[in-house]
Amino acid sequence: MQPDHHEIELTVNGTRYRRTVESRLLLSDFLRHELGLAGTHVGCEHGVCGACTILLDGDPVRSCLMLAVQANGHALATVEGLAPASGELHPVQQAMHAHHGLQCGYCTPGILMTMTAYLNEHPSPSEDEVREALSGNLCRCTGYQNIVDAMMDAAARMREEAP
Amino acid sequence: MKPAPFKYVLASSLDHALALKAEHGDEARFLAGGQSLIPAMNFRLARPSVLIDINALTRLSGIDRPEAGQVRVGALTRYRALERDGEFLRSCPLFADALPHIAHPQVRNRGTIGGNLSHADPASELPALAIAMQARMRIRSAAGERTVAASDFFAGLLTTDLASDEMLVDITYPVLAPRSGACFMEIARRRGDFAIAGVAAVVTLDEERRCASVRLALCGVGETPVDAGAAALPMIGSRLTGDAVEAVAAGVRDLIAPSGNVHASPDYQRHVAGVLVQRAIRTAHQRISHAA
Repeated sequence: MQPDHHEIELTVNGTRYRRTVESRLLLSDFLRHELGLAGTHVGCEHGVCGACTILLDGDPVRSCLMLAVQANGHALATVEGLAPASGELHPVQQAMHAHHGLQCGYCTPGILMTMTAYLNEHPSPSEDEVREALSGNLCRCTGYQNIVDAMMDAAARMREEAP
Repeated sequence: MKPAPFKYVLASSLDHALALKAEHGDEARFLAGGQSLIPAMNFRLARPSVLIDINALTRLSGIDRPEAGQVRVGALTRYRALERDGEFLRSCPLFADALPHIAHPQVRNRGTIGGNLSHADPASELPALAIAMQARMRIRSAAGERTVAASDFFAGLLTTDLASDEMLVDITYPVLAPRSGACFMEIARRRGDFAIAGVAAVVTLDEERRCASVRLALCGVGETPVDAGAAALPMIGSRLTGDAVEAVAAGVRDLIAPSGNVHASPDYQRHVAGVLVQRAIRTAHQRISHAA
């Protein structure tokens, strides 16, 4: 079969990109290999581990379960765009650091993207609700407790900072 | 893991999508949410030569009420939209119980009801809901349109009544009847995993508050969703006592033939199904009392 190419235009972290992609290129591989945004990690490549979670028009999705061509015309956010400025951290990143919410760090970008979107929509979650929200992101190092602690702290900080 | 090469076409209209499917038949697949199809393509278990992306067909998405007592859901409606529609969840309360069991939020943000039902995974919740609620599926092809009952839609493991040129376009559910209660329950090894067993129950009482009808369907315990309504027949006319409910559970344990998996033996699946049947019927019954 002849390679099937398509021209796409999309926004990632506020930057507009125009690229030609093969139809079978996964969005996760497009972000990493074509745009050099390797903060989005690739674990299982079948939608189970959550490491590749990004925001599509503001909502968390698995970037390994979308084709790059499907992102045409959409606005994406990845972990590279999370911190407000160089040298600063988003409250969710700050809380993960403070509570030792990561060890190897492989799952961390996906967790950060999932939980920033969740905490924006649910500013005062219970611990059970945080665990439920985390259920689509696997972490093999931490046992999750420190991540849950970090998210409860991040929620409190985000409530304080909200106007 | 990379999908095998394919030709990608973004359908510009339903007619366009159906014409492409008629042309390419089984070689082509519709791409909706992609939450089952893309993993299968990543593993190369599915190798379609043409992928017809229907995500731009916004008229296939949404919830409306074609007539009183019915709710119609477009095939491209995402789980996320169903979860956030309070009026829909009040009309079809089985969905309020079942949606949180469907994978995880990231998957529910993309996955669609039509893709779910067309994929026909026997462990999936929504096929069982369609059976329990006696949904009707509207199916289109370039040649015409037909409607089938949910009970005739699920033909086997990952197999439906859809022909190679057809698409499921919407699903019509009756709203919960008066003096009725509904409950869906599921046990999985971890939240969001495939069901070891799941049960959807809809109980309707008569004016003397005796059991007038029970709809019962299970997921995860066979090659298709299982309609267990026959096992509930002894309960009709009863007061839903403990003995009557236990008899239904025994009937369900006899009716199903689960194949077992790495997490559960067939006997354990049968046991779990029986326990869930009792809990779901009791909860559905209690919900009527609370509402009436």
